Amino acid sequence: MKLELRGITKRFGTFTANDAIDLVVEPGEIHALLGENGAGKSTLMNTLYGLYAPEEGEILIDDRPVTFSGPGDAVAAGIGMVHQHFMLVPVFTVAESVALGYEPTKAGSLLDLAQARKKVADISSRFGFNINPDAVIEDLPVGAQQRVEIIKALSRDAQILILDEPTAVLTPQETDELIEIMRQLKAGGTSIVFITHKLREVRAIADGITVIRRGKVVGEASPESSESELAGLMVGRDVHLTTEKDDADPGEATFSVRGLTVVDKSEQVVVDDVSLDVRRGEILAIAGVDGNGQSELAEAIIGLVEPRAGSITLDGQDLAGLSVKERLGRGIGFVPEDRSTDGVIGSFTISENMILDLYDQAPYAKGMSMQPAVVRVEGEKKVGEFDIRLSSIDDPISTLSGGNQQKVVLSRELGRPLRMLVASQPTRGLDVGSIEFVHKRIIAERDSGTPCVIVSTELDEVLNLADRIAVMYRGRVVGVVPAHTPRDVLGLMMAGVPEDEALARVEDGSAATEISAAEEDPA
Amino acid sequence: MTEKTATGQTVPVAQGDIPAAEAPKPTVLREILAGSWLVSVLSIVVGLLVGAVLIAASDSGVQGTLGYFFSRPADFFMAVWRTVSEAYLALFRGAVFDWQAQTFVRAVRPVTESLVASTPLILAGLGIALGFRSGLFNIGGQGQVILGAIFAGFFGYWFTLPLGLHMLVAVVAGIVGGAIWGGIAGALKARTGANEVIVTIMLNSIAGYLIAYLLKQQWFRQTGSANPQSRDVDAAASLFPLLPDPFRLNAGFLIAIAATVFVWWLLERSTLGFEFRAVGENPHAARTAGISVGRVTLVVMMIAGALAGLAGASQVLGTEQRLTMGIGGSLGFDAITVALLGRSRPLGTFLAGLLFGAFKAGGYTMQAQTGTPIDIILVVQSVIVLLIAAPPLVRAIFRLPAPVGKGAR
Amino acid sequence: MSASTETTPRQTPANGAALRTPVDWKFPIVYSALALVTLLLFGLFGGAAGKSTTFSFAAGTDLFGIPPVTVSSMPTAIAIGIVLVAMAAIATWLAAKREKIGIWFPVVFGVLFLSAFLTWAGADTGRIPITPLLAGALALSVPLIFGAMCGLVGERSGIINIAIEGQLLAGAFLAAVVASAVKNPYAGLVAAPFAGALVAVVLTFFAIRYWVDQIIIGVVLNVLVVGLTNFLFSTVLTQNPEMWNARQQLPVIPIPLLGDIPVLGPVLFRQSILVYLMYVVVAVLYIALFHSKWGLRTRAIGEHPKAADTVGIPVNRNRVINTLIAGGIAGLGGAFFTVGSGLAFGKEMSAGQGFIALAAMILGKWNPIGAVFAALLFGFARNLGNTLSTMGTPVPSDLLLMLPYIVTIFAVAGFVGKVRAPAANGKAYAKQ
Repeated sequence: MKLELRGITKRFGTFTANDAIDLVVEPGEIHALLGENGAGKSTLMNTLYGLYAPEEGEILIDDRPVTFSGPGDAVAAGIGMVHQHFMLVPVFTVAESVALGYEPTKAGSLLDLAQARKKVADISSRFGFNINPDAVIEDLPVGAQQRVEIIKALSRDAQILILDEPTAVLTPQETDELIEIMRQLKAGGTSIVFITHKLREVRAIADGITVIRRGKVVGEASPESSESELAGLMVGRDVHLTTEKDDADPGEATFSVRGLTVVDKSEQVVVDDVSLDVRRGEILAIAGVDGNGQSELAEAIIGLVEPRAGSITLDGQDLAGLSVKERLGRGIGFVPEDRSTDGVIGSFTISENMILDLYDQAPYAKGMSMQPAVVRVEGEKKVGEFDIRLSSIDDPISTLSGGNQQKVVLSRELGRPLRMLVASQPTRGLDVGSIEFVHKRIIAERDSGTPCVIVSTELDEVLNLADRIAVMYRGRVVGVVPAHTPRDVLGLMMAGVPEDEALARVEDGSAATEISAAEEDPA
Repeated sequence: MTEKTATGQTVPVAQGDIPAAEAPKPTVLREILAGSWLVSVLSIVVGLLVGAVLIAASDSGVQGTLGYFFSRPADFFMAVWRTVSEAYLALFRGAVFDWQAQTFVRAVRPVTESLVASTPLILAGLGIALGFRSGLFNIGGQGQVILGAIFAGFFGYWFTLPLGLHMLVAVVAGIVGGAIWGGIAGALKARTGANEVIVTIMLNSIAGYLIAYLLKQQWFRQTGSANPQSRDVDAAASLFPLLPDPFRLNAGFLIAIAATVFVWWLLERSTLGFEFRAVGENPHAARTAGISVGRVTLVVMMIAGALAGLAGASQVLGTEQRLTMGIGGSLGFDAITVALLGRSRPLGTFLAGLLFGAFKAGGYTMQAQTGTPIDIILVVQSVIVLLIAAPPLVRAIFRLPAPVGKGAR
Repeated sequence: MSASTETTPRQTPANGAALRTPVDWKFPIVYSALALVTLLLFGLFGGAAGKSTTFSFAAGTDLFGIPPVTVSSMPTAIAIGIVLVAMAAIATWLAAKREKIGIWFPVVFGVLFLSAFLTWAGADTGRIPITPLLAGALALSVPLIFGAMCGLVGERSGIINIAIEGQLLAGAFLAAVVASAVKNPYAGLVAAPFAGALVAVVLTFFAIRYWVDQIIIGVVLNVLVVGLTNFLFSTVLTQNPEMWNARQQLPVIPIPLLGDIPVLGPVLFRQSILVYLMYVVVAVLYIALFHSKWGLRTRAIGEHPKAADTVGIPVNRNRVINTLIAGGIAGLGGAFFTVGSGLAFGKEMSAGQGFIALAAMILGKWNPIGAVFAALLFGFARNLGNTLSTMGTPVPSDLLLMLPYIVTIFAVAGFVGKVRAPAANGKAYAKQ
């Protein structure tokens, strides 16, 4: 089936998320839609899937214009979508999830779950998905949940499959499996729209590439284009993949973690016997695919989660039993991973957000009484220092862009003398300019002698910032390697391959991850 | 994506990383927080109109004119006007100033009665408002009022202490009683995550049975009366009157004013209040900033309970002078409507308390003089609060323009 | 390719031994406390030495009679106490081994505890009439069950309904007025659901159209219904009670054969049509919720509305429909207060039952069957309180009446297993 979008425009209030976008997907093509976070990719696909109504433009399927008043119409037209955040009810079984909305029924409108189970089993076996129809969604790993989503789409005879950032939550190994599934689907005649901001994946799998930036199509590219060409299209100018920095001049290790183990609510081990040392004046980057325990490690350091075993030591003192507040008082700066949830309070003013963890300390408070005038004056100083673009410091922080909100967080966490810094995904969702600024400030903090732990799932960021890299996989530290370690080695380690083996495999050319060797078929 | 505001309304907010210059400003949030007085006033107008319709519809005179409406419609409208205006004028005379009264004292007594009625509403309303601002749905005002009343009453008549000191002890006992009852819900929420709405609803019922039980116990009630009520509180424990007889206005109202100022300071100027608001707006960020959400939950519920307990104490030690089964009335639920009308702001809650107090005081006069049941006040109050919670509806009713920047969807 | 990641359990941790789940001592402690209460308060120091308790079962209409059972109060209570102590010991032992106990255990424990309690409580008066005790419990449970079903349908769809209380009251009011005006109790029964649904209309209007917080609307609606019914009671109903508020009662329709079974017959099958309707509502709801298309969709919009939306299920329309159905169910429950019991309407006659219904729903973990048992438990506790206080036993009825509420608090505090509400409960859904 051929899909064509003509001049699709979608606005949210005064904000234009999609501006006259054209896109053609040929039958049986894997078409990549490439763009930065916030470029409008997901909006476009939600429009195509009938979740949003476009203000202008038309959708054509096999050259016939169609209009969708809801996802039901899109599905009927043969479009299936796997959302970035899976649309699965956690307490449902696989069969129930697949049946939802298209329920097979027996007499008396009772559910025919046997038929639903059979459908799942059929599709699962046809593509080798290995999914149990009676498994409960919340018990499945993300890779399997994604396959359930694909089964959902296929069970409705989708001819065009939209995959929205499908690899964001996958390990490299699971990504390889997904790429293989995409190839099978393509061979079966399904067209695929593959939304991503990861350049290497695009080059590995796509037949055609459309790049969008700030809601507009900025160009078409072929999979043969180099990464820097694609990156250039995507961000709109030559990217400085490196921030200039001097070599680290590390001092003694003042921060260390020993045998740290953290379990989550369902008693799963998420951080598994981790030991690390960080020296003064160096950045230790923690690399890994999302969900391999990095976030929990950072949270354990600041005291948001209580470790089940192990110790965390700063300046020779064990932090065990200390509250978050006490740890902040010991000089730990913490930049949380999810800015809007954990970093700022949207309805509080910018100046209030600047003192979110300093509100009860001099000079912002005298005893129980806060000093609003001091809070304002000190806040104004930071606005200049951290280059925060705002109209009034008394506005709610939710009026700021993500980059400026992050600068507020940094102004708070770096604006006081630190004994150590923990930053989780410090540039997630930011524009290129803000990323550079954030990186510079972190390096400056390092240069002033603070031991820094940076958690990032973006390899570019890791390579840009790190003096040493610790790779985590399934809660364990697979290895700690120098900053100049090749990407392929890191990629293998992120899939759980130990350092020596990864090095050896890369050297003798048998590296099995597709994303680093797009032409080769996996073993 | 939605976000909760202090009034409990869920409003959609723009999501994603939209640049400031292009993003719609979240004026919905602002406008609600800044308090759009017009919506409040219009809600009160609609509430009174709904009340008027009910008053007219239930009046037999009006019903009579309906029989020949098409021949003489003017009669109908005259009858409606007469019935409704009589009722509402009686309400006003009972709540503010009675120009038909013989003596000056009687003429001005209604306004003091309104203040008396508003005292517990303000106190308990402040407690509810404090909870709302901290993200807690304290439906337990009723139970906390009752516990405050039990403690204050018990200390008020059981002991004999010097003048002044006794009053102080009894009032503090009321605070403690309410704080314990609120604290139970707070502690359970903090420790086990138990939903405070359910727990406080259950605690309301438990408090009701507790007072019923206590008032049947000889050791507790100490009275020869067959009715389940306590002995009168000691004169030394009573809240002193602010005006001579026959006025009933007492020191409770001063406590309500002081509590309003205190809650304002607490929320807007104290470090504790910063914590409360932070937890209320975004508990995750508050926790990350080193604020103990559990501790805040406990402290808020205790202070909220204490304020409700004060309301109970002011009833026992001021207005009623003894503990009875009905001491709590429907104060707990009235307080929720007061806090909502006051948009969870201390001053707003104070004014809302005055208004609903005036309704209550005036309602009795209206019932006595025009036969309109005081229950109409409940209807008016609930309609007002429903409308307050849905500003777009009020704007739609009055064809008001939507505030700028509302096209965020 | 293989799907090797499929349901792979997390690997055992390196230092795994230290990570075993902590032993859960909650239940052993509760069991031990109750066992000791039984042994000491009801048995050894219960002051029932030399007295006896008679349990009677007869109802006069039975096919065959069950003779009354008379036991010697103190030895019986002590014997049961010893059994309970043994059971508590077993529970402790199993807990230490981190083993789970079946549902039969608390049930058996509860029945034994209750028997000991009744033996002790009945020692002074000598007689515990079992059949009226159970029949009364069922009667008191009827509005609770209807109310809990209403709350359950709403919350399963993602709408929190605190206004069950108001819906019961509105149902009671309309049932009384219509039955009285038409002079037919069945007319009241037909009218009652509309009253409950009307309250639901307001609830959904504000919750779905204006995103007002559902708890707030619920609380306010309760006040509104009290205000309206009180107002109309004081004006219209009292002006002409013969016309508007005359007593009408649904007749008892005994079911042949079933109604003649001893104990069960009079309790379950000699009832009015309203109670039979209740059986039907519960059964239909249970099947519909877990085995029908409607149920699958309802649970989906309550757990993950966006997922439902992406497969073309109109979330808000379904929520409105379900809440209205739920309102109708609660309205029926309200009818029990008036036409169901043969009473005229009285001010605020629902007396907080809507809140207990809410509690029953939670205690029943949002499952119709569970909610029914929770409601029956509450109804039984209440009836036991009433019965014992009229019998003049030493048990303070007010304290007994607190029990359902205390149990519910324990439940939501996590003492009675995991209580998990539908994930999207109370959250307005808007496409974004």
